[in-house]
Amino acid sequence: MDLDLPFLIASLIKIGVFIGITMTFVSVCVIFERRFSAIIQDRVGPNRTMIPLSILGFKKDLALPIGGLTQPVADGLKFILKEDFTPSYVRKFFFWLAPALVVVPALLTMAVIPFGSPMEIGSEYIPLAVADLNVGPLFIFAIASLAVYGITLAGWASNSKYPFFGGVRSCAQMISYEIALGLSIIPVLMFFGGLNLGQIVDDQVANGWLLLPLWNEGGLIVTPGYWADPGEAIQRLLLLVPIVISFVIFTTSIFAETNRMPFDLPECETELVGGYHTEYSSMKFALFFMGEYAAMVVGSALIVTLFLGGWSIGFGIDQLLPTGAWWVSLLHLGVFLGKVTFFILFFILVRWTVPRFRYDQLMNLGWIVFFEAALINVFLAALVMAYPSLGLIGVLVGFALLLTVTILLIKIAKGATGKPSVTAV
Amino acid sequence: MAIVKVERPKLSAGEKIYFGAILKGMVITLRHAFRSLAGKSTGAETLKSSGIGVTMQYPEQKWDDQMPEYYRGAPALVTDEQDRERCVSCQLCEFICPPKAIKITPGEIPSDDEWAKVEKRPKEFEIDMIRCIYCGMCEEVCPEQAIYLRPDYAITGTNRSEMVHDKKRLYEIGGKRVGLVNKWNELK
Repeated sequence: MDLDLPFLIASLIKIGVFIGITMTFVSVCVIFERRFSAIIQDRVGPNRTMIPLSILGFKKDLALPIGGLTQPVADGLKFILKEDFTPSYVRKFFFWLAPALVVVPALLTMAVIPFGSPMEIGSEYIPLAVADLNVGPLFIFAIASLAVYGITLAGWASNSKYPFFGGVRSCAQMISYEIALGLSIIPVLMFFGGLNLGQIVDDQVANGWLLLPLWNEGGLIVTPGYWADPGEAIQRLLLLVPIVISFVIFTTSIFAETNRMPFDLPECETELVGGYHTEYSSMKFALFFMGEYAAMVVGSALIVTLFLGGWSIGFGIDQLLPTGAWWVSLLHLGVFLGKVTFFILFFILVRWTVPRFRYDQLMNLGWIVFFEAALINVFLAALVMAYPSLGLIGVLVGFALLLTVTILLIKIAKGATGKPSVTAV
Repeated sequence: MAIVKVERPKLSAGEKIYFGAILKGMVITLRHAFRSLAGKSTGAETLKSSGIGVTMQYPEQKWDDQMPEYYRGAPALVTDEQDRERCVSCQLCEFICPPKAIKITPGEIPSDDEWAKVEKRPKEFEIDMIRCIYCGMCEEVCPEQAIYLRPDYAITGTNRSEMVHDKKRLYEIGGKRVGLVNKWNELK
C-alpha cells in the first residue's frame, strides 16, 4: 500500500483542529452552563475571573472585561492542582482506566462529523471531516456506546456500594436508550438512502433541511419552482410527521445517553452520595465531566447534522456561494458551530427546566414509549415514502393496519405500566 | 382521624403527552433569563440589583445604608462630648468576654490631669478581632457606656497582628458618642 502523504498530513491537521474545537466547546459548555443557569435563576454567575498576574510578581491582576470567560481555565487549573487521591480499596487498573474510557469514545465520534463544506486545496476537495465514512451514524452509535463501559467500570472499580449503584443505573439507562436512539433515525436514513454524513448534509443543502423543507432544487417554498412536482412536494411535507417524531425521540435519547437532566439518575447526591464518580478526585473526576460535555457536543453535532442541515446556511444561499473556496468552508464551519452552540444552550435550558424522572418512569419511557413509538414511526415513514409505488389504496390499507397495531400496542403498554403488584414482593 | 383517600388527578390526553408542560416550563425559564439579562427580574429594584438578575455585586455595591441601627459589628470604644475616654479600665468586659478577645492594660490618670477624679483609663486596650464573636456582652456589661458594637463588618487583614485592634483603632471606629449619661461631668 502506498503511503498517501498529503492525505496523512491533511488528516493530522484535521484531527488536531477538530479535537481542539471539541475541547474548546467543552469549556464553552462549562461557561454556558454556569452563566446561563445563573441568569435563568436571576443570578449573575461567575463573572470576574481574571488573569492572575499578581502571582507572577506583577502589581495588579489583569481584569479583562470579558464577563468571566476565563472561568473554564480557572476550573481546569483547580482540577489539575487538586490532590489526586486514590482510595486504597479500589481496583486500581480499572479505576484508572474508567475516566479515559468515558472521554475517548466521545472524542472519537467527532471523527465522522462533517464540520464544514469540502475545501479545495490544489485541485483536490478535502472534506472537513476526519473520516468521511460511509457508515457515519453507525460508527457514532458503536463508539459512543463504549462510554457505558467507562461509567460502569468507574462504579464497579470504586469498590464502594453507592458508586456501584450509580454505575449500574447508568449502564441500564444507556443501553435502554440506545435502542430508541438507533431506531429513531431509521426513517431519516431511509429518506436519505445512505449513511454517509457528508452526503446527508449535501442532500439537505439541495433539498432543504430535514426539519425545514422550505426549499428544494426548484427554489424556495413560496416560488412556483418548489411545486414543479406537486406530488413529490406534498409527500416531502407529509414526511415531516414521522421526521418530527424521530427528532423528538432522538433528541430525548441523546439527553439520556449523555446522562444529563432530566435523565441524570447515575449522579445523585441524595441517594448515591455523588454517583459513579464518588471516589474520584482531581483530574480523573474532571475527565468524567469532560466526557459528559464532549458527548453533549457530539450529540448536538449529530442532531444538527441529521436534522438541521449540518453546516449549510440554508434557504438556497449555499448554492450562490462558490464551492470549495476556503472562506466558504470557514463560513460553513462557523454556521455549524453556531448551530451546535444553539443546541448546547437548548440542552442547558432543558436541564434547568425539566424535573428529573423517577427511575421506573425513565425505564417506562425508554422501553414502553420510545421503543414502540420509534418502531411504529419507521413504518409510518415507510408508508409515506411508498406512496408512489403502493398507490392510495395500498397506503390507506397500510395505514389502517398500522393504526390497529398502534392501538393494540398502547393497550399492551398500558397493562405493562399498570400498578406494580404488591404480592410480588 | 378519618382516613382521607387522595385521588390522583385525572390527566387529559394533552397533559399525558407531557410536551406542553415542558414547553410551558421552557417559556418560564427563558422569560427569567431574558428578564434577568435586562435587569428587570422580580425584586431587582428592591434588592438593588447590579443589572443582572437580582444580585448585588459585593465590593462595588454595598448594603451599608440599609444596615439597621442595632447591627452588631466590630466592638469599639467611644469618647464623650469633651473628648474624654469613657473607659475607666474596670476590666469587666475583659472578664465577661466569652472568647477572651479583649485585653486591657489599666493605667492611672495623673493628678494634674483635667479628669484626675476618674482615676483610671486604659493604657492599652486590645480587641483581637479573630477571636471576637460579636456577642455584644462587652457593651452590655460596661458600667460606663464606653464600648459599643458598631456597624463595621468588613474587618480584614493580611496577618494576625493586623487583626488585633489597638486603642487608637478602636477610638477611630467608635468616634464620639453624645447623649449618654455623663456621671463624671459637672452638672451644668
